[in-house]
Formats: sequence, C-alpha cells, structure tokens
Amino acid sequence: MAFVEIQNLSVAFGRSPALRGINLAVERGEAVGLVGESGCGKSVTWLAALGLLPASATVRGSVLIDGTEILGAPKARLEPVRGGRIAMIFQDPAASLNPVHRIGRQIGEALGLHRGMTGQRAKAEVIRLLDQVGIPDAKNRINAYPHELSGGQNQRVMIAMALAGEPELLVADEPTTALDVTIQAQILDLLTTLRRDTGMALVLISHDLGVVSETCSRIAVMYAGRIVEEAPSAQIFTHPSHPYTRGLMGALPPLSGARRRLVAIPGSVPEAAHMPQGCAFAPRCNAATDRCAEVDPVPLPLTQDHSAACIHARPYRQAGHPSHHHAATTRERAMQ
Amino acid sequence: MSAGTADLLEARDLARSYTVRRGLLGRPTAVRAVDGISLRVARGETLGLVGESGCGKSTTARLVLGIEPPDTGSVIFDGNAMPPSGTAAWANLRRRMQMVYQDPLAALDRRLAVGVQIAEPLDIHRIGTAAEREERVAAVMAEVGLQPHHVARHPQSLSGGQRQRAVIARALVTNPDLLVCDEPISALDVSIQALVLNLLTDLQERLKMGMLFVSHDLRAVRQISQRVAVMYLGRIVEEGDPDAVLHDPAHPYTQALVSAIPHPGKTTNRVILQGDPPNPANRPTGCAFHPRCPVATATCRTETPELKPRRSDGRRVACHIAHGEAAAARAPALLETC
Repeated sequence: MAFVEIQNLSVAFGRSPALRGINLAVERGEAVGLVGESGCGKSVTWLAALGLLPASATVRGSVLIDGTEILGAPKARLEPVRGGRIAMIFQDPAASLNPVHRIGRQIGEALGLHRGMTGQRAKAEVIRLLDQVGIPDAKNRINAYPHELSGGQNQRVMIAMALAGEPELLVADEPTTALDVTIQAQILDLLTTLRRDTGMALVLISHDLGVVSETCSRIAVMYAGRIVEEAPSAQIFTHPSHPYTRGLMGALPPLSGARRRLVAIPGSVPEAAHMPQGCAFAPRCNAATDRCAEVDPVPLPLTQDHSAACIHARPYRQAGHPSHHHAATTRERAMQ
Repeated sequence: MSAGTADLLEARDLARSYTVRRGLLGRPTAVRAVDGISLRVARGETLGLVGESGCGKSTTARLVLGIEPPDTGSVIFDGNAMPPSGTAAWANLRRRMQMVYQDPLAALDRRLAVGVQIAEPLDIHRIGTAAEREERVAAVMAEVGLQPHHVARHPQSLSGGQRQRAVIARALVTNPDLLVCDEPISALDVSIQALVLNLLTDLQERLKMGMLFVSHDLRAVRQISQRVAVMYLGRIVEEGDPDAVLHDPAHPYTQALVSAIPHPGKTTNRVILQGDPPNPANRPTGCAFHPRCPVATATCRTETPELKPRRSDGRRVACHIAHGEAAAARAPALLETC
C-alpha cells in the first residue's frame, strides 16, 4: 500500500465544486509533480487532505496515511501527521515566517512540537538543519530575522522548519514561484538532494511543467478539479495524451528551432459554479467532438502506468514494454 | 543594424540612484539601480531586456519613457532629445510611447468599463471628437481581438487574457511608435501567456512599432525579440541575437541563467550559481558578478569589464574572460545547448 492514498476526494465551497473526485497515490520516497493553472485545485487537494481548509468547505472522500484514515479524523490523530509525517511549504516564505521572531527560535518551536526537543539539544539540531538546507554560517544565522535574509534563504529556512518533524512526505506548493530563476535552480537542487539523503517522498505543486519534470519521476496534470492525465515524467513528454497537456506544452515558447506561432488554449477555465456538461475541457478543446459534451470522461489506462481522462486518448506501445495488451484489456474493462 | 535606419529610441549611458535608509537610524546610502545603460531600439524591432529581480530592468523601462529622470545620461527619441519629464512637450510625446504593465487587474480601474479606459489616452491627449474616439476605440479593440460587446464590460468580468488585451488596446489607442512592456506576461497563466505573446508579435508586424520587452523569462524573450540584452546589477553584461545568446552564452552569468531555465522532458547538467543576487546598495568591486562567478580571477575582483564586441564574432559582452583578457580560474562549465 502506498504511503498516501487519496481516493475520490471532492471539495466544494458552497455550491462551487473545487475538486471533483481526485485519486492519487504517493509511494514512500517517490517524487510526484502536480501541474495545472491557477484554480485547478492542485493546492486545495493537499489543504483538504491535511484538514487545513476552512469549515465552510465541504470535503468528501478518503485520505489514507499508511492505511489510516485522516479525513475528518479527530485532532489527536491528525496532529502527528500534520507537520510531523507530512510537512508542507508554500510559495511565499516571507509570509509563512513570523517577522518578529528570530529564525532559530521558529525552527526550535517546530522541534519542540514534533520531537519534544528543548534547550541545547534543540539549538544544536537547529544548526544542523540550517546547515543541511545550505544556509552558510548557520551558527550565527540562527539569530537572524526573516527580513535580514533573502527570499531564497527564507525558503531554505522554511524547508529546514519542514524537516524539523522528520517528515516522510514534503508537500511543496509552488516553492520557487516567487524566486528568481537562478535561485529556483538552487532550491530544486536542494529538494532533490534532501530527498536522496533522507528518503522522504516529495509532492511538488507547480504551474510549470519544466520545474516538475526535472524534479519528479511521475506527473499528474490537473484541470478544473480533476486529474486529467497521469504518467511517468518521460512519457508525459513523449506521449502527451490529454489535449490539455498538449495545450500546456504547445503554449511554452521553445528555446531552439524555428520560431513558431505559439499554440494558445482558447477561452478560459470554466467557473466552478458553471461546469460544462461532459468533459470540462471540451469547450476549449480543438479535438472535441459531439460526444465530449455528453460523456464525462474517466481516466483510461494507456499503458501500465499512464492514464488520461479523454475519450479520444488511445493506448500506445511503449518501447521495451509488453504493456500494450494489458493496458488495452484494462481499458476495455474500464469502458464497460 | 543597417546604417540606413535611424534608431527610434536611443539611450546613452543612463544612470539612476535611489537613496535608501537601512533601519530607523541607518545612514542613508545610495543604491545605483541603473549604472550606465546604453541601448537602441529601431522601428519594427523588439529589444528584449532580461535579468533577475533588482537588476534594474524596470527602472530602465521607466527611464527610457521619461517617467522618471535619469541622474546622468540621455534619451533620444526619433532623433530628438527627450524633453524633461513632466513638461508639456514630454506629455505630448508620451502619446507616441506607451507602456504595458505586468498585472492587468492592477493596471485597470475596476469601477470603469474597459471602453472608457481604452479611450482615456485619447481624452488626455485631446485627440479627435467624441465620435472619432469611439470609432478609434472600436478599431483598436478589434485589433487586439476583443469583441465589440466588451466595451461596456468591467475588468473583473473579463478573463485574464481579455484584461491584458484591454491593457494593450489602451496602450495602442494613440498609435504609438514605441511600446514598452514591463513583464507583460509574468502574472498570467501559461496558456494566456501564449495568447499575449502571439498578439504582441502580430501587432508589431502589422504596426511596425519599436518594442522594449522587459522580462525575466528567457523563453518569452526569445519568442518575441530580435535582439536581447542581459542585465546584472544595473548594467548590461551581454547583448546579441537571441539564439546566439541562448545557445552560446558568452558571459558566465548568462550561462547560468540559460542553464537554470526549467526544461520539460529533459534533465540537463545545470550550472548552479552559489549565493544570492547581490545587494545593489553594496555593489561588489570590479565585475559585479565576480562573487558568484565560477571562473572569476583576480582581475575580475578589481577591474570593471567594459561592454564591447568580442573579437571572434562581434558579440557584445562585458567579461574579462570572454574577451581573453584574463585566463579563467578553471574551465568554464560546458553547457548543453538546448
């Protein structure tokens, strides 16, 4: 069983659905990327899973951590998971840190909370953590305030704080979006190193397919509250099978070759309160047929580990994989 | 640039400092945001200005438009010196040079219909009669791909792409010769970015404007520019044809910048810069990039390199090592071209 199993998770704010049935598993030590544009529900998925949404949100479905249900679980069962087994970092580190407390104290607080450490032991561990995330001169930097550090360094501090609970999974929500591209490269490199050294799993939430593809082995593309395509990173790029995934790739200006006109996705994301009938992407899709407005597509397996929620997606044979036949039969079963 | 075409815009040696005070009792220190920038934009040409936050690219955009005055240096627009900021002559010139901003929702007034806002520059510059203004607004809206019924809509009832079209329509309504775009796509989702880049490319081809495209995004800059200038800490460190600069960057900073571009479906050997972008208030001596440069030598720490054409291919670069004036401390990292 996977470390995290999210099953049929749905979230609604009032009458507006934000998530419309998410199924996602994260194995131990695995790096999964969650990609999509603003409002697609990639952050809401994890806020809902960890019980961090306001009470006004209606959350349904199941979230199993190591086989234990945490959705709607009492605080006593939830607290060791949040910040402990699963830690989360956000886009803007400056907004997540307390501006009037020294960074050492803020990390120390997390150590006290999750590992019961205090005093000199905690201080030594804070220094070790800052060192681990690449803050130079950690011994003296524990006395710095967030405003004395750069954006990249503050994100490192946030990561140190997340590591304080020795998490089995780190959920990083757009961790580099507010940072410059050279600093982004540093942080992504750090996340990869930490994962290798600690064995923790990583969920990287990003709007940037490039960022995710370099850091993660598996990618889930989200649109309008659903996962529309899921595959190992390499396959997403060699066989993008959902028109939305192809759209995201066509919209990205290339770095070489002839300058082609970019393929923009026409229209805009449907409003949650007015979800179209059938496939939510159909009104913007250049491959849509009449049937797309009628059938709400379910994820269909294309190979053993690649699925797409599009009635036009077709199984393909992977080089060196005898999975074609298997996928085709599972697909037939799914369609019945 | 061929000798025959006069430049639409020429900036010579622009510099701009701000005074900042660190802390409540800190001594005021001068921060040189722009430190000697010269650039040219011809009619029908787009110059991409790329760099990271704090490198002075937005200040440069404001300086060339005269929105704020430079401390030293000058701007020549269409052969004439730019009148001092705030004068009637300058205000009159502004109709020929317009700006597109980063965040369309912030650049538009939520309480006004977009048609009214697109007409505003015509009202300000007292161009045409009411009927002519209305006609011009309709024409420019069609030009950027807005529907006639959008004229009465308020910004919040438009999609992100439509809003940025409205901002661009407002900039184009006076038929400007120069369009300065300051990060025009960075607040937009990827699919909408593509739409706006396509639109700007089309408009420029049709209207033959000169364009200064300020961005941190090298992909976008390549897509839209005929020339690119890379800025670091208030100076241009490299300038040339976008493909030449992207595929064979000469300056170590450009090399790091190019290799840091996330690349879908590929894992490249990346040059990861050490340290943070430097503080403009505490500018390193010599080459400002030397504390982060993987190949810096003693010369780089003391002597400021000049932006000049490289002997081999004429690429303009400000680096002692690229010019062979100093031997690299170690072999520059080989970059996989992408």
